Amino acid sequence: MLSALVIPVIGVGIIASLISDSTGAFEKFGFWNFLFSDDWVTKSGSESYGALPFITGTLLTTFLALIICIPFSLPVALFVGEYFRGRKIATILSTVTDLLAGIPSIIYGLWGFYALRPIFMHLNLSPQGSGILTAAFVLAIMIVPYAASLSAEFFKMVPSDLKEGAYAMGATQAEVIRRVVFPTAGSGVFSAYILAIGRALGETMAVTMLIGNTNQMPDTLRTTGNTMASIIANQFGEADGLKLSSLIAIGLLLFLITAFINLIGKILIRKAQHV
Amino acid sequence: MKKTYLSFLAAAFALVMTACGGQKSTNGGDGVELTGAGATFPLPFYTMTFDNYSATSPDKVSYGGIGSGGGVRNLKDGIVDFAGSDAYLTDEEMAELKPVVHVPTCMGAVVLAYNLPDVQQLNLSGEVIAEIFSGKITRWDDEKLKKLNEGVTLPSQDIIPVFRSDGSGTTFVFTDYLTKVSEDWKSTLGAGKTVDFPVGQAAKGNPGVAGIVRQTPGAIGYIGSEYAFAQKIPYANVMNKKGELIVPSTQSISAAAGDIPQDTRCSITDPDMSGAYPISCFTWLIVYKDQNYSDRTKAQAQATVNLLKYMLSPEVQKSTEIVNYAPLPQKAIDLSLENLKQVTYNGEAL
Repeated sequence: MLSALVIPVIGVGIIASLISDSTGAFEKFGFWNFLFSDDWVTKSGSESYGALPFITGTLLTTFLALIICIPFSLPVALFVGEYFRGRKIATILSTVTDLLAGIPSIIYGLWGFYALRPIFMHLNLSPQGSGILTAAFVLAIMIVPYAASLSAEFFKMVPSDLKEGAYAMGATQAEVIRRVVFPTAGSGVFSAYILAIGRALGETMAVTMLIGNTNQMPDTLRTTGNTMASIIANQFGEADGLKLSSLIAIGLLLFLITAFINLIGKILIRKAQHV
Repeated sequence: MKKTYLSFLAAAFALVMTACGGQKSTNGGDGVELTGAGATFPLPFYTMTFDNYSATSPDKVSYGGIGSGGGVRNLKDGIVDFAGSDAYLTDEEMAELKPVVHVPTCMGAVVLAYNLPDVQQLNLSGEVIAEIFSGKITRWDDEKLKKLNEGVTLPSQDIIPVFRSDGSGTTFVFTDYLTKVSEDWKSTLGAGKTVDFPVGQAAKGNPGVAGIVRQTPGAIGYIGSEYAFAQKIPYANVMNKKGELIVPSTQSISAAAGDIPQDTRCSITDPDMSGAYPISCFTWLIVYKDQNYSDRTKAQAQATVNLLKYMLSPEVQKSTEIVNYAPLPQKAIDLSLENLKQVTYNGEAL
């Protein structure tokens, strides 16, 4: 009984300490001003911090990763959950995809750094190699297993009598997938992608290695940027005073964004399961 | 509230990093355990020296590389016996602490590593470095670079400056140098452990910057000399105040220490001396003048002073070059031995 309460207590404690330690930054700059300012001046005397470049970097990499991830994860989900459901090849494919989820993010970072960066530079997709596009691409590969496994589950949950009914009416397999499977599993698949977003938002290591870590607002997808998680990881060690408070404030914002996205995902999953 | 929470974090971190018990535990017999934390730049040197020291003396020393800022914070909280720092404490920082003594332990430098496959040797000057890192020179075949490198064919390529994404003493030394050689740099970007570089990209630690430079044709980045020497990365010659082009080496780094004040707190970048590499630095160990704090025993205080004297001994100074640092000049050693006499326990000399 008691030990079950430990985790919620720790959770509340984390939120409480994030809030109390970030008040310095919010009091100095104001909540909305901190949120929408793109200043990040560390020069002592003219210190000024704003979270906008990092919020932008986080949201850009995450949603770009989501877009890139769809053409990879949706076919896998359909293959495993519908076309080859229950067959050996589907098991192999889903195992391999799930394996991707188990790879530590530093390995993705290394792969991105040594394999992907030179290719992006060679193709002139990113003049400096590092940047938002490079980071988003690696992030996309990282979230494929989350999106694919969960979507496959929802495809499997589509009642067979619905599909059989459609086949009996003379529908082709493609038509069944488009008209029956997708509409039925739709909200579940959507929630799978929401949860994948939740995963991408907080990813730190691989992104830090590939995004270029510059604290200015990114003007294009090809330029370097920074995310909320990676600015904290990079600058926490030597920070103190107002800067530390600002970093913790960014941590609080990241926590809120992630919690919000996960909440939406959870609600949608519950809805999908009740259909 | 906030302070205690942070110091708990820092304490936990220091303990994990040093994987060893607190300072109060004595280790059998007469020996005591000393704990230090701070700068990562001298870490290979400290690891080697403290290992040797622990092997030959009854005292055990452990050091956690948590960054200069973290080390000073730990000293402020009284949870370490000494702090390591690449930047000496400013007068304002000194005012926040009980009186401390700075003891330099070795010298290093910041070198400019570059990736230009067809260029054997690159020459740079302070002004040109400042203009590259502030985005005013953007091409490798810029006139100012050509002038410094006569007879070398510089590629027609964009320059990609690479800097540190984490707060670092290396960044401080580098930007401290640039504020001295460029008025423009001084007024816009200034010196600090993190500086808001307007161009290029950033990576974590010396390995991160070196990794990007190695992987990216056209890149130039600043890294600690000990790392560059050990990794054999191509680095540039830099013109010093006398107008000489200097190859960074342990000799040219040691030559940069000129006038040293009594408390040894000084920046030695851009020295006006012949044969000196202009982006050189000291690294310090910092201890309290009065060693009686946080329930420390006299034995611990004595052990701390003994360790610092050992760091200044000719044998240890000679060993700096094994791990690619430069030895201290004799003057710095003499001043430090004198300063150590002021270290007391409850007012008693040690």
